[in-house]
Formats: sequence, structure tokens, C-alpha cells
Amino acid sequence: MITAQIEPTAALAELRESKPDRVTIVLLSGDLDKAMAAFIIATGAAAMGMQVTVFFTFWGLNTIRKKGARSSATDLLRRMFGFLNKGGADTLPLSRFHFWGLGTKMMQVVMKQNRMPGVPELMDMALDLGVRFIACTTTMGLMGITKDTLIDGIDQFAGVTTYLAEAKQGSVNLFI
Amino acid sequence: MMQADVKLDTLGYFCPMPIILTSKKIKELTTGQVLEVVSDDEGIKKDMPAWCQTTGHEMVGMEEEQSSSKRIYKAFVKKTK
Repeated sequence: MITAQIEPTAALAELRESKPDRVTIVLLSGDLDKAMAAFIIATGAAAMGMQVTVFFTFWGLNTIRKKGARSSATDLLRRMFGFLNKGGADTLPLSRFHFWGLGTKMMQVVMKQNRMPGVPELMDMALDLGVRFIACTTTMGLMGITKDTLIDGIDQFAGVTTYLAEAKQGSVNLFI
Repeated sequence: MMQADVKLDTLGYFCPMPIILTSKKIKELTTGQVLEVVSDDEGIKKDMPAWCQTTGHEMVGMEEEQSSSKRIYKAFVKKTK
């Protein structure tokens, strides 16, 4: 058994760093349109010099999962769930007019024609602009999502207390 | 090894349970005593310092123990009021 000391103040460094305008976004939805709204606001705010944190929970975790990654959970129920619940930022369905994929495909074509970035591009931009991504450990556990099945760049894991401590200091707080 | 006066076992619980149990347990302590919270939810690494910052209790330290099959976290919180 190995015991390591963790420096608790390190976890608070971002919290103490006092930027006046702080934006917190909870992304619960795994729908294409809602994820787009979340990342457009996140990138917009970051471009305006605000400090942005996005918390991913429940279906929102699908946006930061690798495409095609399977759940590595060992119990049957969570494995079944992981099989049904597909991840990947470019596989998100529209919340309306998905039509077994056809509607969503059409929307993606229209977006491309209008030179509108998709969710994966918006997420890359957000990470480039310094937006922090935090994954909720509770729902990861419930849904059988493990760290190794998340995209690169997701290295922060926390829960409701971290979210609240940040939101408390923020001026903009959205639940999508 | 850090020393604690009271130990709280939250193994197997996910957020927000470790924090809720901590907030209940800390009421039983007297000011100056240290509570050790044991958890296997990684979220506690960030959540406990955040909880302390918000409530005003002192985050004394944290330990991470890695054994063959799993990883557990020990958070030490000193009651300040």
C-alpha cells in the first residue's frame, strides 16, 4: 500500500485566483443543440476574458467521451447501459427532429454550409481558450464511465461542492 | 500519518453523501478537534477543500492510499467553530 500526501490548497488554487467575472455552466444534457448552446456561451465568455468552468454530468458526459469507447464496468447492468448509451461529441442527437439520425445529419449539413463549428470543434476551441472541464464522479460511477474512456484534456473530477463553491463566486451560472 | 480525533467512514458512497455525512458529523465534534473522512470517491479531492472554504472549517491535509485493487482518500478537517 502506498500513501501519498495531497496538497489540499492546490485544489483551491483556481477558486482563489480572483478573476472578477466567473461563468459556471452545468451541462446535463447530451443533445446536440443544447451542447452547442453550452459551448457557444463557454467560448464566447472565454473570448470576453471571463473565467469559465463547465461541469459535465449525466448525459452531458457523452460529449467528453471518446467515440465508440465501451464501458469497462464489470457488472451486467452498467455494461448494458454503457452499450446502449453511446458517447462521442460528434454522435450527439438533436433534442427534436432527430428522426433516427436523419434530422441530425441534415442539421450537421446545414451547419457546415453556414460555416458553423460543430460540437467537437467548439470543445477544442473552449479548451484552447482555457475553459476548465470538470467531470462529475458520481454520474461517471452510475453510468459505468471510466476515466480512460474520456477524451484527452479531461483531468479534473469533482462533485457538487466544487461546483457550488465556484458558482457562489460567479456572476453567470447556467444549467443546460 | 496524520492524527485525527474522530473518524468517519464513507467508503462506497458517492458525492454528495461524503459531504453530507461530514456536515452532520462535524456538529458532534468540539472546536479544535480533527475529523478524518475516509472516501473512495475521487471527487472528494476537490470537494472537501471547497466545502472547507465555504464553511470556514480548516482543511488540515489529505492523503491518498493506493492498494492493489482500489484507491482511497483521507481528508482531515479541523473544526473551527
